[in-house]
Amino acid sequence: MSATVPDPGGHVTVAVAARRPKLAVWKFASCDGCQLTLLNCEDELIPLAGSVEIAYFPEATRAVVEGPYDVSLVEGSITTPDELERIQQVRAASRRVITIGACATSGGIQALRNFADVAEFRSIVYAHPEYISTLSRSTPISAHVRVDFELRGCPINKSQLLEVLAAELQGRAPRIPSHSVCVECKRRGNVCVTVAHGTPCLGPVTQAGCGALCPTFDRGCYGCFGPQDTPNTASIASRLRVHGMSEPEVVRVFRTFNAASEAFLRESERHEPPTADGPTGEATP
Amino acid sequence: MNHKLTDGGNVLHVGTLARVEGEGAMHIELRDGKVTDVQLRIFEPPRFYEAFLRGRSFTEPPDITARICGICPVAYQVSACNAIEDACGVSVSDEIRLMRRLLYCGEWIESHALHVFLLHAPDFLGYDGAIEMAVDHPTVVERGLRMKRAGNQLMTLVGGRSIHPINVRIGGFYRMPETAALRAFRPVLEQALEDALRTVELVAGFDFPEMEQPYEYVALRAADGYPIESGAVVTSSGAAFEVRDFPRHIEEFQVEHSNALHANLDGGTRGPYVVGPLARYTLNHDRLSPLARDAAQAAGLGAVCRNPFRSIIVRAVELVEAYHEALRIIDGWTGSAAPSVEVPPRAGEGFGASEAPRGVLFHRYVLDETGIIRDAQIVPPTSQNQSSIEADLRTLVEGWTELDDHALQHRCEHAIRNYDPCISCATHFLDLTVDRG
Repeated sequence: MSATVPDPGGHVTVAVAARRPKLAVWKFASCDGCQLTLLNCEDELIPLAGSVEIAYFPEATRAVVEGPYDVSLVEGSITTPDELERIQQVRAASRRVITIGACATSGGIQALRNFADVAEFRSIVYAHPEYISTLSRSTPISAHVRVDFELRGCPINKSQLLEVLAAELQGRAPRIPSHSVCVECKRRGNVCVTVAHGTPCLGPVTQAGCGALCPTFDRGCYGCFGPQDTPNTASIASRLRVHGMSEPEVVRVFRTFNAASEAFLRESERHEPPTADGPTGEATP
Repeated sequence: MNHKLTDGGNVLHVGTLARVEGEGAMHIELRDGKVTDVQLRIFEPPRFYEAFLRGRSFTEPPDITARICGICPVAYQVSACNAIEDACGVSVSDEIRLMRRLLYCGEWIESHALHVFLLHAPDFLGYDGAIEMAVDHPTVVERGLRMKRAGNQLMTLVGGRSIHPINVRIGGFYRMPETAALRAFRPVLEQALEDALRTVELVAGFDFPEMEQPYEYVALRAADGYPIESGAVVTSSGAAFEVRDFPRHIEEFQVEHSNALHANLDGGTRGPYVVGPLARYTLNHDRLSPLARDAAQAAGLGAVCRNPFRSIIVRAVELVEAYHEALRIIDGWTGSAAPSVEVPPRAGEGFGASEAPRGVLFHRYVLDETGIIRDAQIVPPTSQNQSSIEADLRTLVEGWTELDDHALQHRCEHAIRNYDPCISCATHFLDLTVDRG
C-alpha cells in the first residue's frame, strides 16, 4: 500500500505542485474503531502525514487547523439533536465528505433502536431518562447531507482506507469492489462453509472488503460490510432456513451492524411474525 | 467546534479534549482560589446496548458488545463469554483460556502502546500529538508504532482482525491458529519485548508532578499470573469478593451531567475508587514476571504506585508483561486442543469480568431456557473511574489556580489522560469550562 501513498521523500514534488490537502476526521455515534484504523496504519501514518495536512483529528492530536477541509472522514451515525446540527457544519466546511464504516454508512448497530421504542430503551439503561437527549432513530450521514464516498465495514478495512485516501490524493475514483464476499472466498481458495458444512453464511449477499475473514476461520459471514450491489436476500434467507435457522434467527442475522441498510432491512421485515400494526421497522430515507 | 476563549478569562470554554477515545467535557468552578465544583460531562451519545441485547440470542454478545469499543473489543468479548458460560454452567478448557489470554495480550499491547506513545507521551514531551512529536523524536515514535503493530498482528493472528475480531465465540474459538504461525511470530514479539524494556527506561525519565491518590483501588486477582482474562475481585482496603457478587458491592447511579453511569463501591462510604493499571499493578505486583518486576524496580516503582501521572510507567511495565506472557503461551502451545466446548443454553443468570486495558469490565446476563437474553448489564472501566477523575482534578486544580487558562487546560487534560479514558466505552470530545466566579 505504501507504494500508492507518496512517501515523505517524494513530498517535495507535491509541495512544489500545491499545498498539502487538509484532512479532517470527525466522530458521531460510534465505537472509534474506524478512526482507530487510521492510527493502525503503523507503516503508513508518518508518510501519510507528509502527504496530507492532518488538520483536525482529536483522537490523535490537540492541534487544530481551521477549515475549510479538502477531505473529511466521518465516523458514526446521527443519533442526537446536536449531531443533526454538527453534520451540517462538517459538510459546509468540507470539499469532500467520505463516510467510514457501517455506523456512518447505514446507521450501525445503534440503528436497532429504529425497531423499538426509544423511550423504553432509555428507561432500561438510565434511572433518569429525562437527562438523556437522543433521537428516536439512528440514521446514516447520507440521510442528512451529500456524501461523496461511502466506505463500508464494521470496522473498515485498512487497505481499503488507504486506497480511498490515495485516490483522493491522485484525484481519481477509489477502486473498491462492490461484489460479494464469495468472490474473495474463492480467491483465497476457501472451501465453501455452506456447501461443505451446512454453515449458514451471509457471504453471497454481503459486500467484499474483509478478505472473507469469517469463512477463512470456519465461520459463516455475518454481514458486517453490508449488502453487496445486487443482493438476492430472499434466496439466501431460504438457504438459512434450510440450514436450520428459525424465522426469529433469520430476522436477527439481518439485524446487526447494518440493520437499517435497505436490502437487509426489507429482508428482516419479511421474516417477522405478522402483527396487527404491520411491520415494526421503519424504512431508511 | 474548536478552542475558544470567552468571558474575559473568567470562563474558559474549550471544545475537544484531544487524544482520548470518546466525547465529553470538563466543567470547573473556582471561587476565591477554591474549587467549588468539578464535573466530567460525558456527551458521548447513548447507544443503548443493554436495551437492545434483550431478545438477542446468548451466542451474540461477543460480536455485539465488541462494538461498544474499537480500542478494547476483546475485553468485551471475553467478559461476555465469561458471563454467558457462567450462566450456562460451562467451564472452558485450559487451552481455550490460554488462547483467550494470548488474544487479550495483543489487545493490551495495541491499546497500551497507542496510549503510551501516541496519546500520553506528547503531554510529557510537550507536543500536541505524536505526529508532531515524530519530527523531533522519530526513533521514539517509530518504536511505539512497531510495538503497537506487534499487538495488532497478534490479534489478527488469533482473532482474524485487530478491531472487532471475528474468531471469538461462546465456548472458545471458531478455529485455533496454526501452531507454526504462532511460532513464526516469536521474533516480532522478542523485538517488541526489547523495545518495551527500553520504553520503561524512557518514560521513567519523564517529569512527574507530585501526587498521591488516597482512593481505594479495585482489580481482579487470579489463582496465578497477572490478572488479564479472569480473576476474582480484590481491593486495597482488603475486601475480596467473587465476580458474581460484583452487583452487591458496586452500585451504578446516574448524574445529570453525564451520559455514562457513575459507580460506587460499598455505598461510596470509602470515597471514589479506581480501576485500571495503577490498581492492577498495586494489587498484583507479586504476580508480575521477574522480568517485568525488575524493570519496574529499575524504573523507581515500588510495590505500590499511587501517582496517577506515573501510570505511563505502569503501562510500559504491563507492556513488558504482555509481550513476555505472549511468548510464554506460544512456547507452551502444543496445538492439540479443540477450538471450543459445547455450551447448551439454560435458564439462569451469569456473571463475568476481565481486566480491560483500562480496568475491570463487568458483564451480567439473564437467559431464558432457550438462551434468549432477558436482561443485560455492562459496567465499563471508564464509567467507574469518572468519580476519581473528578476527585483528581479537584485536588490538582487547587494547586494550579495561578496558571492562565491555556496552561490550566493543558494540565487538566494531562490529568484526565492519566486514566486513558475511553469515552466510547463510557464517554470523546472533552469540552472544558472554567468558571472563576
